[in-house]
Formats: sequence, C-alpha cells, structure tokens
Amino acid sequence: MSLVAARGLVKRFGDFTAVDGIDFEIYRGESFGFLGPNGAGKTSTMKMVSCISPPTAGTLTVLGQDPKTKGPQIRARLGLVPQEDSLELELSAMDNLIMYGRYFDLPRAEIKRRATELLEFTQLSERANEKADNFSGGMKRRLTIARSLISDPDLLILDEPTTGLDPQARHLVWERLYRLKSEGVTLVITTHYMDEAEQLCDRLVVMDRGKIVAEGAPQALIQQHSTREVLELRFGMNGHSPRADAVADLADRVEELPDRLLLYVGDGDEALAAVHARGLAPQSALVRRSTLEDVFLRLTGRTLVD
Amino acid sequence: MTTEATDARAAAEATQVATTRAEQPTLGWAPWRRAFWYHAAFWARTWRGQVISSFLFPVLYLASMGLGVGKLVNHHSGGVSGVTYLEFVAPALLAMTGMQIASNESMWPILASFKWTRSYWTAVSTPITPRDLVIGKLSWVAVHVAMVGVIYTCVLEAFQTLLSPWALLLPLAGVLTGLAYAAPIAAFTATQENEKSFPVFYRFAIIPMFLFSGSFYPISQLPAWLRTVVQFVPLYHGVAICRTLALGQGSIATTGYHVGVLVALTAVGTYLCIRNFRKRLEA
Repeated sequence: MSLVAARGLVKRFGDFTAVDGIDFEIYRGESFGFLGPNGAGKTSTMKMVSCISPPTAGTLTVLGQDPKTKGPQIRARLGLVPQEDSLELELSAMDNLIMYGRYFDLPRAEIKRRATELLEFTQLSERANEKADNFSGGMKRRLTIARSLISDPDLLILDEPTTGLDPQARHLVWERLYRLKSEGVTLVITTHYMDEAEQLCDRLVVMDRGKIVAEGAPQALIQQHSTREVLELRFGMNGHSPRADAVADLADRVEELPDRLLLYVGDGDEALAAVHARGLAPQSALVRRSTLEDVFLRLTGRTLVD
Repeated sequence: MTTEATDARAAAEATQVATTRAEQPTLGWAPWRRAFWYHAAFWARTWRGQVISSFLFPVLYLASMGLGVGKLVNHHSGGVSGVTYLEFVAPALLAMTGMQIASNESMWPILASFKWTRSYWTAVSTPITPRDLVIGKLSWVAVHVAMVGVIYTCVLEAFQTLLSPWALLLPLAGVLTGLAYAAPIAAFTATQENEKSFPVFYRFAIIPMFLFSGSFYPISQLPAWLRTVVQFVPLYHGVAICRTLALGQGSIATTGYHVGVLVALTAVGTYLCIRNFRKRLEA
C-alpha cells in the first residue's frame, strides 16, 4: 500500500515554479529516492511530503491523510532529517532529544527511554551529556537522525543525509540507515550522490527543473538509460573531437568531455580492441560498468546549475 | 475496473492504518503549551542571575529617582499631581520593563530561531504549527514579564510607593504593555532576514518612546501637538494604567481607553504575527 501518493504536485514561489506537476507513489517498507541536481525541486518536494509546506496545486496524500487538514496529525508520525542541521547547540545530545520528544507530547519517561536507545543506536551514548556544539559534522548528523526517530515514525524523510560528511562518517550513516531499512522503516531520501542512491534506494525518481525525468530501481534505470559498460578514452588535450567521429560507429553513444571520450557500449574490451585495430592509440583507456551517475548525467545534463 | 478497485482498497487500508496509529498517548496538553515550555526552558537555564537582577534594577532605579531627582522636584514644586515624585515615577517602572523585556524577547531571539539555530523549523517538523509557536512565544513573554512584575511590585511596596490595593494588579498592567509590544515587534521580526534593523528600531523607536511616555513627568508638560503624538505610544497607555493602579487615581473610562488601546495592539499584532510566521515557515 502507498504511504505517500502525489498527483500533479506543484509548488510555486511567486513566478518561480520549483516543482512542476509531478506524480509519484511511495510504498510501505521501501526506501525511495529523489535524485537531482541543485535546484531540481527535491527540497521543495520534501517539504510538501513532510507536511510543512502546502502544495500550490495537485493532490497529496501522506499516511492516507490530507496534509491540508491533518498536518499536525500526520507530522506526529513522520521523522524529518532536514538538509541543514538545526540542533540546539547549547543543549546536550540527550536534552536535544528530550526537547524534541516533548514537541510530540510523549511522556517524559518514555522519551528518556527512547532517547537512551537512540543514542546507543547512533553510537553517541558516551557523549550523551555533552553539548551538541562540541560535536563533529558526522556526530551532529547522527544526532539529528536520532532526533528524527524519537517519535517512532512510520516514515523517515532524509534531505541530503550525508552532504558535507567525510567518508567514514558517511559510511556510518549509511550503515545505520540500512539497519533502519531492514527493520522495515520506510525511508524517503533526497541526494545528489549516486553511490548513496545505489546503496540505499530500492526505487528512485530523477528530478530536473521541477519535473520527474525518470523513475525506477537503480539497476533498471541503468539498463534503460545506459549501456552495460562504458569505455573511457583519453587522447591528450584537444585531441578528442577528430577521434570522436572515428569511433562513433563502435558505440551506442559517444560523449565528448574536455578531458576524455566516453563510449557507451555493451562490451568495453571488445570496443577497446576495435579502437586499437583502427590504429588509434589513446594515452589511456578504462573499461567500467555503467553507473547511476551515467544515467543521471545523461538525463540532467552536464551543465552546472546554480 | 481493476485499477479503481485497487485504488479503493489502498485508500481503505490507508484510513485503517491512520486511525489505529492516531491514538497515541497524550497528556492532553495544547500544542502551544509545548512551544511555551521550549521558550521557558532556555530562560530557566540562567534564572538565578535573572531573578537577582530583577531585584537589583528597581532598587537602583528607585533609589536614584527618589533620592536624586525626587528630592529636587519635591523641593521645588512639592511633588507631582499631589503625590511625591517617587510615588509618581515608581509605577511607570512596570510598564517600562514590560516594554523592554518584550522588545528584547521579540527581536534577536526570534530571528535566531528562524535563521541561526533554526529552532522554529525544527518545531514545525513536529505536530507544532506556526500558530502554536506564536501563542507559545507570546505566552512566555507574558509569564516572563509577570514574574519580573511581581518582584518589582514587591520592591515598589518596600519603598512605600504604592497607595492603593489596586496595585496588586500592577504585574498584569506590565504584561499587557509587554504584549502590546511583543506581538507587533515579533510580527515585524518574522519578516526580517538579518538583525540590521534592530539597533535602528531601538534607537529611533524604543528609546524615544521611553522618554516621551509620561514616565518621568506628566504629559501635560508637553506642547499640544506632542501630546497627540504620545497617544500613539503604547508605553504611554501602559504607564497611565500602572499609575492609576498604584495611586488609586483616575477614572474607569480613561483607564478603559488605555486598556483598549493595548488590547487592540496585542490583537492586531498577534494576527499579523501568526500570518507572518506562517508565510515564512510554510514557504
């Protein structure tokens, strides 16, 4: 069954359309991703799903209810990890959880019990009584995740959960999220990290300029929008354009970047052999599998969006 | 047929889940009270220092006014409006403090909760609504002013400046003055992106109001046009109420007018405040 259902969802700020009529459905127990470059409308969508910001148009149902009339009741059963940390830095980790729990009107003893468990879960038990101000970026993120779980939510919404974290901290966050997922918590994640999406998402949509441009499981998207392998060729600076034409027929698609050529092919080694057979001698060549990043860049373009 | 049937079944299941989980244990507390406690909790962290200064300030103020300015005034004109200068000036303290606490509470701390700590964004991701935040905040300002008002009233009594039992209502007059400032200022703060306007507001609004509110001399001393301007100063109405209560002078009609102005300001301010909080937090 679907926990979130959106049809023709629109969010406008004055003349600017942040979300331009999107449809999606999120089912119980799955982890669902919103991918997209900055400004694609991910955060606006998250704010609507978290029942903070009302849609400008379209229909939205969250946990079977209408956010317009049941906002507080729905939010009582959501957990939100916002993009920017918003911890009370003057308070200890424990007090942050207690204060947040009280917004949900949970009994004090119950908050305390859950907070102790959650600090354990996020590996912060030893620093429970320390001010959040002293925490590293990764610890703050984990505390924010602990905080979002205090109400034992049916749906956990994470807006770019690992942006700005170092690799160790990211892996720890992923591991905790993976555990939540295996316990059956429904996750909604926005990210612009493809590895994060491949690791965590069962299903995802790619957003670009307020619209959904693709939808599916990560592997299915790769199959659908890219080839099995990619052959990367480097010919030295300025040497790519003439060669691009020379190898065009070897690949489904050839993409020319300033520093290399990308050949989207079924079999990378075979294509490389063919390149050599034509007497073209690249400085370096790399055969790799297609990733979600290839799909993402194909769908949303390589131009920087600011 | 099949899609319609599945849609209907999904909707039914969703409603069922919604109702089973909705019955969570509650303490029966209105949501705004949870926002109130949030504000109170931060004050409580430094309450000792705040209580001490709440005693200290009125003692210093009354000593200076009574011993210094008061002696001079009484010597030259035999007091003000039939009472000593100290008795005249003391009750104004409640209204002035109401204004001061309220304006402090409604500028930096609110902007901080929007911009720096983002506490308000945190709150609205829970069952708390922007309206709860506004009511919780203003309730906290009211309680804060009331606590300080009780202490001040005790100090005023110790200085033997209270001539009427109506003086027991002085903390309430302070609260009313405070809210008439807190609500409109909070509404303004909710539209601000930085703190640049606050010192300006302090210098060109709060301080002139402080000086031209009839706190230190009767407004009958002012030229006619300035007396008209003073009618638009909330503090003037607060001071008038406080003085009426402390000295037991003044008519019900005039006092009703003063109370009416402050209530109206609070009501309009609260309405705008809720509107601006919603505009900002629900964007």
